[in-house]
Amino acid sequence: MSESGMDLLLWAKGPGFQIAVVLFLLGMAMRLVEVLALGRKTMIAPAKGDPVSSGLRTIFSRSVPAPHIMQKRPIVVVGGYIFHIAFFVCLLFFVPHILLFKQGFGLSWPGLPSPVIEAFAITGLLSLVVVLICRMRQPVRRFLSTYDDYLAWILTFLPLLTGFLTVNRLGLSYTMVLALHILSVELLLALAPFTKLTHFVTTVFARYYNGAINGRKGAPS
Amino acid sequence: MSALTPERGLNALREQIDAPVASFFSSCVHCGLCAEVCLFYTETGDPQYTPIHKLELLRRIWFREFTLPGRIASLFGLAKKVTDDDLTKWERLVYDSCTMCGRCSLACPVGNDIAYMIRKMREGMVASGHAPVELMGAAKRALTLGGPMGDLLPALKADLRRAEREIGFEIPLNKQGADYMVILSAQETAEYPEIIPAMARIFKQAGISWTISTDSFEATNVGLQIGSGDIARTLVRRIVETAEGLGVKYVVSPECGHAYQALRWEGPNLIGRQYDFEVVHIIELLKQFKKDGRLKTKGKHKPKVTFHDPCQLTRRGGILGEPRDLLAGVAENFIEMEDPGGWNWCCGGGGGVGANERAEDLRFRVFRRKKRQLDDVRPDEIVTMCAYCHHTLEEGLEEYDMDIPVKSLTELLAEYLEEDEEPAAQPESGGDEQ
Repeated sequence: MSESGMDLLLWAKGPGFQIAVVLFLLGMAMRLVEVLALGRKTMIAPAKGDPVSSGLRTIFSRSVPAPHIMQKRPIVVVGGYIFHIAFFVCLLFFVPHILLFKQGFGLSWPGLPSPVIEAFAITGLLSLVVVLICRMRQPVRRFLSTYDDYLAWILTFLPLLTGFLTVNRLGLSYTMVLALHILSVELLLALAPFTKLTHFVTTVFARYYNGAINGRKGAPS
Repeated sequence: MSALTPERGLNALREQIDAPVASFFSSCVHCGLCAEVCLFYTETGDPQYTPIHKLELLRRIWFREFTLPGRIASLFGLAKKVTDDDLTKWERLVYDSCTMCGRCSLACPVGNDIAYMIRKMREGMVASGHAPVELMGAAKRALTLGGPMGDLLPALKADLRRAEREIGFEIPLNKQGADYMVILSAQETAEYPEIIPAMARIFKQAGISWTISTDSFEATNVGLQIGSGDIARTLVRRIVETAEGLGVKYVVSPECGHAYQALRWEGPNLIGRQYDFEVVHIIELLKQFKKDGRLKTKGKHKPKVTFHDPCQLTRRGGILGEPRDLLAGVAENFIEMEDPGGWNWCCGGGGGVGANERAEDLRFRVFRRKKRQLDDVRPDEIVTMCAYCHHTLEEGLEEYDMDIPVKSLTELLAEYLEEDEEPAAQPESGGDEQ
């Protein structure tokens, strides 16, 4: 068991990682080119407001929920916030992850104690389960959902789950769960450009365009 | 115009896909929050009215033809095509259940401007022959007879005569070299001509040189509502050519939402150049007069009034502060409805929905949102700055047996105008039409 786990771990840390990173970088670059190369028409009408400042402001201001939305759909809004925060805290502030970033990019920053990270991981996992139930039960979300939504859910759930298991082995082989954890992250990286997970980059452009299109008219965004 | 075919519609949709559209579709996470702010969903609870779903056909074309995953998927037959049946089905979603009010565009957490895409999707719908018959008819009348309701010149002439009798001075027609050219929405000429004497009196006080052209006085742009750039271009060009022929400095866009969008924002792109004049909305102009001390009012309006924000002028048009500033000058008892200004709720009739008979039951159903807003504040009167909102509000109020008069903001201001001389007479009724 440990032998096969070791083979898997070595593959995951070596060729697997390289393949995933290449797919991620090339894939995301291609998706971005697909979007941006389309361009858009220059608006000829004299502007009433400044499109650029409105676009830049909207990149941030759109993180604030619309009025009454929090009361109407608390699970979607709060669940969304919690999941994103938990995911990025685990990714960026778990000490072994920071060591990897240091090896890769030469940059490091202070981490959080492991129990704190575990708490975030559990919160993240629970929030994902809750938003999944919400997606399957609420008529609008069920109606809109496609395979992409469920695939993206699996791709983000697995790294958190296997990460948690790597720290709390629950009787499993460390080598094996670590290998599975790394593989799950690689799966996420490799497939992200081909799923709705591209939103993590394209949202910046979507918000900017929305802000610029409307800001130019002096309209809110 | 060449034949309207599904293939022509699909080509039109392809032409509409730009970087904003691609970034919007790439960003949608199917959170469904756009439904929660759309009155067609909130008042029906029907998931098919989720705004982003109304764009599914445009999204399919984008995915199949403009993305690598989509191109790969379509090789294996996994990416859905858009069929003529789909276009037929979506016609109701794109025209009957969307006023392009843009509330969803303001709420989408990832920043998708959904109304921007509905406008584009309608280009494909109309090119494929899937636009409501009433809008097709209105477009044809606008192109051949001059306006969506036909030739309104006789009605305008009657309106002008009545107005002149009321105000006691002549309204300048076809005046070469005037500073301002006023255009009117068909709804004003046909249903609310009281706006003409109101403007004439205000302009007289402001001391401006203005005119109405009998060649081109129609502001309504059905091309924008139906979603045809070609039609919209023809209608914009008429106004531009007339205004430039008269050598005016400004064209005053009337109390009409889509007319302003068409002339002020889309027009220059449609004709491919800037105009030789500026476009100013009547309410922007009145605000400017007030600022310059050229709009003087006396007395205060006592009834409790609320203001209905026309979506194309406030949320989508950027005219937010002006109406409230003007109201503050005359309305003593002003009360805001919930969600005022940029977050206003649409009257439900804009974007061609009000002209679409098939959509009437749905339109009355979604008017319940406005009804609740009004029930909460119980105003004596509603003031607005769009003749079509005015019309839709009156119809909705009638449907729900609500006795609340609706007023145009320009008319309200004219009622309190501080005049040097007495106005000539009370408005006359009937007698002089056509």
